[in-house]
Amino acid sequence: MNGIANRMPKFIRRADPAVVTAFACIVLLLFLGSLYSRSFLSPEYLLQQLKVASFLGVIATGMMLVILLGQIDLSVPWSVAVGAMMACAAAAYGPVGVALAIPFGIFCGVAIGVVNGIGVAYLRIPSMIITLATNAVAQGLMVVYTGGFSPQDSATGAMRYLATGFAIPAVPNAVIIWALIGAAMVFVLTRTGFGRTVYGIGNRERAAYLSGIDTRRVVMIAFAVSGGLSAFGGVLLAGYASKAAQSMGDAYLLPSIAAVVLGGTSILGGRGSYLGTVAGVILITLLQSILSVMQMPEAGRQIIYGVVIVAMLLLYGRAPASR
Amino acid sequence: MKDWRYWLAEQRGTLLAFGIFIAMFVIYTTNHPAGFTANVVQTASNKGVLLAFVAMAQTLVVITAGIDLSVGMIFTLTNCLASWLVIGTGIETAFGVVAVLGTGLLCGAINGAIVIYGRLQPIVATIATGAVYFGIALLLRPFPGGSVNEDLADALTGRLFGVVPASLVVLLAVVLIVWVPFSRSVLGRAAYAAGSSETAAYMSGVPIRRGKFAAYALAGLLAAIGGLFLTFFTYTGDAAYASGNAYTLFSIAAVVLGGVSLFGGKGSAIGAIFGALAFRTIGDLLFVFDFDPLWQPLFQGVILLIAVSLGAFALFRVRNRLEWFL
Repeated sequence: MNGIANRMPKFIRRADPAVVTAFACIVLLLFLGSLYSRSFLSPEYLLQQLKVASFLGVIATGMMLVILLGQIDLSVPWSVAVGAMMACAAAAYGPVGVALAIPFGIFCGVAIGVVNGIGVAYLRIPSMIITLATNAVAQGLMVVYTGGFSPQDSATGAMRYLATGFAIPAVPNAVIIWALIGAAMVFVLTRTGFGRTVYGIGNRERAAYLSGIDTRRVVMIAFAVSGGLSAFGGVLLAGYASKAAQSMGDAYLLPSIAAVVLGGTSILGGRGSYLGTVAGVILITLLQSILSVMQMPEAGRQIIYGVVIVAMLLLYGRAPASR
Repeated sequence: MKDWRYWLAEQRGTLLAFGIFIAMFVIYTTNHPAGFTANVVQTASNKGVLLAFVAMAQTLVVITAGIDLSVGMIFTLTNCLASWLVIGTGIETAFGVVAVLGTGLLCGAINGAIVIYGRLQPIVATIATGAVYFGIALLLRPFPGGSVNEDLADALTGRLFGVVPASLVVLLAVVLIVWVPFSRSVLGRAAYAAGSSETAAYMSGVPIRRGKFAAYALAGLLAAIGGLFLTFFTYTGDAAYASGNAYTLFSIAAVVLGGVSLFGGKGSAIGAIFGALAFRTIGDLLFVFDFDPLWQPLFQGVILLIAVSLGAFALFRVRNRLEWFL
């Protein structure tokens, strides 16, 4: 056994088994899909999938940062919706509004994230609870703002360009944006003090605090980034659909958590790589796509989805046996 | 310390929730156009009891220092199932009720098995099982519909002797049959001990796994009782994603208002019941003061935010800063 392991290339031996499993599942899904229809392996289909995946990818990036801290952000659904709705709303206020639409949408998401961060870092409220509460407040604000109807404002040209345009031929802009955000996240996590602190807090916040780190500030910034990225995901989605909708973010909570966790990031924090999150995002997107190509009704999709996540977590996401 | 002082310290959260509820209910009924009549109380109790059952379910899991984000979906699933099964002759209806409650128990047991024996984190595990339960609910009821044995429904949502709301009597019965025996049994104590300190409980030979498993399974049962009542209340089954999520969220709010510690080991289902009734009454206050119903979600969200922030006051009692980081 050891002999075989030694003969394998170094990068495979060093890879996280979870990440390898996730990539293996992607290959398996592509294989199963190609049995069902030839077009599954065509470049157009794969690029289309990457484009759809990039919305989830942007949102999951923020979620990963928070999960690395050992926390969770359940305010994703309405952070996404707030980002989309506020960006579209700003677009209704003349040329200045159009210019500021995207920053304003992201700013609103950051505001939600800052409230989460203050609650978790300074008031020591469990992240699960405070983010549920801010999610409810954000929902309430949006219901009041829209009067309970779908908002009438539509996305700006810039938002549509970011989500559906092609700056480089054949590569959708959304994929480029995801790549840029991903690269920035990899840089932050592996090359900056902030990133090392995030891992440190995830392992043991007490120890990080005793090492002289202002852990509360780091936690708050992480939540603000997560809120901002969720809102940016919402802005992109609004550009993709050319308008915002009430419950557009609901479909992103479970997938974003699942993508991060399936990619091998420990839900307890302190362990995980961005490569795994990329694998998780692509895996989830492919699964969704195959289920919808097979014309699986919504009910079946929800069931398969939940079962797959539980099954994969049971494979490699288990907490260590403590005794 | 005298015995009654111990009792008072233990029940502080419950008594506070009771006080908030009474205060809110007095404001509610005195400003209600119809005043304090049997009808107003009946409607209020029917609405409150739904949340009270789900909040009791959440309490059981929260006591073990876990969380069940699938309670709302079990509630929705059993609602849809009841709209198929709880119909027909007396025997058929009785069979349907048993089947619905059994389904709830099974859902809770699956959650428990995955969390305890599968060693997954309760948050992720119950979000995922919640998706499965919602999917099954949607299979059962792609569109709202179905029916229920209306005699039974009217009897259980009506009034006894013309004054006492029947739903409150059922709630009391469930407390006496499920909660009181559980909290006094070895398993119930084990659930508390596991939530308070799992290591210490393990070292003392407490059956923590069985205790936690019982808590999760009974939580499913209680959510199913809630789902059954929703069917009695509306006469239909409806697989509504938003409503299931809202009940999960409100159950957490009710638990917090009811003085149950989210870190586990502290609080009681009775507190959570008053928390649920208080939360519902506060939400309905908007109506008696003639606000636009559009403001209700925001209002409830703000109450939730304030309720969870109140726990932060414990920070002022912390002497050693290291205790910030549990």
